[in-house]
Amino acid sequence: MKPPRFIYHAPPDLGTTLELLSELRMDAKLLAGGQSLIPMLNMRLVRPGHLIDLQRVSGLSGIEERDGGLVIGAMTTQRQVERSSLVAQRVPLLAEAIRYVGHLPIRTRGTIGGSIAHADPAAELPGVLLALDGTVRLVSVRGERTLPAEDFFIDLLTTAAEPDEMLREVWFPRLPARAGCAWVEIARRHGDYALVGVGAIVLLADGGVDVEEARLSLISVASRPLRARQVEAFIRGAPATPATWKEAGELVRRELDPPSDLHASAAYRRQVAGVLVERALELAAQRAQQGGYR
Amino acid sequence: MNDPTVERRQIGLTVNGQLIKRQVEVRLLLSDFLRHELGLTGTHVGCEHGVCGACTVLFDGEPARSCLLLAVQADGHAIETVESLADGESLHPLQRAFWEKHGLQCGYCTPGILMVLKAFLAENPTPTEAEVREAIAGNLCRCTGYQNIVEAALEAARLLRQEQ
Repeated sequence: MKPPRFIYHAPPDLGTTLELLSELRMDAKLLAGGQSLIPMLNMRLVRPGHLIDLQRVSGLSGIEERDGGLVIGAMTTQRQVERSSLVAQRVPLLAEAIRYVGHLPIRTRGTIGGSIAHADPAAELPGVLLALDGTVRLVSVRGERTLPAEDFFIDLLTTAAEPDEMLREVWFPRLPARAGCAWVEIARRHGDYALVGVGAIVLLADGGVDVEEARLSLISVASRPLRARQVEAFIRGAPATPATWKEAGELVRRELDPPSDLHASAAYRRQVAGVLVERALELAAQRAQQGGYR
Repeated sequence: MNDPTVERRQIGLTVNGQLIKRQVEVRLLLSDFLRHELGLTGTHVGCEHGVCGACTVLFDGEPARSCLLLAVQADGHAIETVESLADGESLHPLQRAFWEKHGLQCGYCTPGILMVLKAFLAENPTPTEAEVREAIAGNLCRCTGYQNIVEAALEAARLLRQEQ
């Protein structure tokens, strides 16, 4: 098995990369860690005329604190994020979810930007970004713009990035200290594609009895990662009790219309989504009660 | 081979400590480069889309799927394959443990598992059984049912600790 023919570019800097992209547009694919693109090339699901390898472009990787959160460069590997104490302290939801991204030998090459720009509806990182109300920064020869996650993920493997735009960095905001969060998912083996995954954030009101705010994001239940906004509205102001989490799970089950595929039927996904929502909310609330974060 | 429409690049990398320079077609996978160009057939190819783990090598010391890398991406980097483990006739502690604990049957998945474990045990010399199982979760074995592989990995950890 081998990829179809392409012309290979390994630009040394961002300026050259963006000029190439502006000229080649849809005929080019950006190669980050290649952990999704190379299988697609091997199976000839994509046949780009040109491959632009980002490996030698400087300034695209790193994790730094900015604007009340962490900015992570697109070429930062998933393994770097997994090992980062800054991520563990500042964005624990990301730290918890990253261990579910592929297997270890995938995370050593796979990148944050690659996964988010690929927009696989079963991928964890888009779900995390959506739960946190994070943003992406896109650059092109025309300039740059910042988009909220909600506007970035449009459909199956489809984002709002224009053909000449490149995802440069991602911003994961820090949650208030009173928040608890949790990432839970079900897969056949650890590291396989999630059959369903759920990220939950619970912020308790003063006194810790009621929920001030809750957020839920789900992956692998639609053609893009979803926020369960109606369920979030139901939980807001409700008592932080097992009955509330159970009812939230029921509501999610009623609202979702997940796809059936080889790995799981729609009915199974709906059932599991309800169970995972209940578990994720309960765990997030416990962590909030134990003094925040987790 | 000399088709002018085929794009080739000069690459330089170290493989098992040896500096290698070659002209390669840009679409050549690292797995095929190792096997066909360098004759290092210890790296096995199974699924060729990143699922089975048989082709795992170390890329700058970290485990990576060689079927999910182009050879041109390895330009300037260091690759280690299963051939780097034994010292002549003397087996590496990992290989000894797999032999003693019957950690392989057909052996197809073994090189990938050994390379994953080499990096994993360097980072975690005293793993639990659950940690070993998670570390090799990305490596499919269709013979053993994993029991002896896990035992071999734990035995290898013990042998490696003794050596130090």
